[in-house]
Amino acid sequence: MKQTIYLDNAATTKTDPRVVEAMLPYFTEHYGNPSSVYEFSTPCKQVISGARETIAKSLGAKPNEIYFTAGGTESDNWAIKATAEAYADKGKHIITSKIEHHAVLHTCEYLEKRGFEVTYVNVDENGIVKLDELKKAIRPDTVLISIMFANNEIGTIEPIKEIGQIAKDKGILFHTDAVQAYGHVPIDVDDYNIDMLSSSAHKLNGPKGIGFLYIRTGVKMRSFIHGGAQERKRRGGTENVPGIAGYKKAVELAMASMEEREKKERKLRDYLIDRVIGEVPYVRLNGHRSQRLSNNANFAFQFIEGESLLIMLDGSGICGSSGSACTSGSLDPSHVLLAIGLPHEIAHGSLRLTVSPENTREEMDFVVDRIKEIVQRLRDMSPLYEDFIRRK
Amino acid sequence: MYTEKVMDHFQNPRNVGEIENASGTGTVGNAKCGDIMRIYLDIDENQVIRDVKFKTFGCGAAVATSSMATEMVKGKTVQEAMEVTNKAVMEALDGLPPVKVHCSLLAEEAIHAALWDYAEKNGITIEGLEKPKSDISEHDEDEEY
Repeated sequence: MKQTIYLDNAATTKTDPRVVEAMLPYFTEHYGNPSSVYEFSTPCKQVISGARETIAKSLGAKPNEIYFTAGGTESDNWAIKATAEAYADKGKHIITSKIEHHAVLHTCEYLEKRGFEVTYVNVDENGIVKLDELKKAIRPDTVLISIMFANNEIGTIEPIKEIGQIAKDKGILFHTDAVQAYGHVPIDVDDYNIDMLSSSAHKLNGPKGIGFLYIRTGVKMRSFIHGGAQERKRRGGTENVPGIAGYKKAVELAMASMEEREKKERKLRDYLIDRVIGEVPYVRLNGHRSQRLSNNANFAFQFIEGESLLIMLDGSGICGSSGSACTSGSLDPSHVLLAIGLPHEIAHGSLRLTVSPENTREEMDFVVDRIKEIVQRLRDMSPLYEDFIRRK
Repeated sequence: MYTEKVMDHFQNPRNVGEIENASGTGTVGNAKCGDIMRIYLDIDENQVIRDVKFKTFGCGAAVATSSMATEMVKGKTVQEAMEVTNKAVMEALDGLPPVKVHCSLLAEEAIHAALWDYAEKNGITIEGLEKPKSDISEHDEDEEY
């Protein structure tokens, strides 16, 4: 079998074998419905409440403030749609940023069609939300601010503490999409004044299809999935017990190893960045140099197109992603890269590589060598490069 | 997502390069949209396409359609080259994903643009050939990093 070098950990991560092991008993042994009264279901009830405690503790929250969902997208949808609805009497204005995940952006667009107004705050060239603009956007009818903890494409970590303080001072609810950050950077919901927080297990070596929404006590929150009495009647549907068991284990592992993982990732990632920036001409690093997730590198290679680069990397067993139009399924490149001010043609040549502690320096060397070859090969067949060289 | 033929033409593109003093060149597409194709034609006195080269900035499908289109027009007369449509290129590649169909249009347009250039230079008309509407921006930013 061809070797695989997996550098797309922002897309999803490998489920830790210890997580899988923790999940297995809940398929064939403890398969009872947690809502049932008999003793057979007790282990299922226990693992759910245990997971709620583990997660709450990791955030400085209370267990009854953690609501399990099917993942980050559902959590974002719930937080935004349900608060908008619940607080519509107070106002119909929401503030978010231009670089949010589509789970937030498309939800806001949905609300705009239903009489809500949304302000999309700009970011600077590094992807940091402009706080002065955010402050100015606040109106008497603003009910919600939703800003992501860290960006999924360029890895920039937002000034969440400051934003939380601004929201608190103005009495506005603050939601953060922490899908990329939770389990990777320390988060304390009280310290940061976070009222709602979205997370997804598969971004921290947990299983796919399970996430949670933290909702601070006192936030008026309507149910989003109507059904049974699960999740304090706010999210109906039989619990994903194996998923929750796996999430619990993933959080335990992530919290225990955070510092060590961060160090390892940063070392690999910095090595990768230094080599690419030092050895490939006409390339830039997208996102903040230091205020970024430790696993994220995002480059823009001039004169070439991202999908071509990805397919060629795939030919060498290297998994990455790009913000080019061809990979986004539209004619426009990534909204995040455009928001940080990249011209279209440069945004098309972007490459995101997100490492894990399982990667090695040897792999980084192999990847950089391949990038150098492939970028040159694509430039040799690029009319943009031909024109550039002629004009030089 | 791509057929074997597309992958083959992407990974081993035929006729990549430039032709000095080409009989006709055509550049179509737009860097903003992420696709630019440039075709060079070398056409002999009998109006036969003796050689053809291309350069493409774009996705896998854009490179593969450029490569296939150049193969298909090579050795043909300019009039025969008019029959190399986007549909013919796509069929020769065993199809493209629906979102990539516009790439095959670009290949046809690039050939037509090169043929137009040739026709204009030589004061001839090629039946069925219309003036290409090229939307390439001539002043692309050359920012260096």
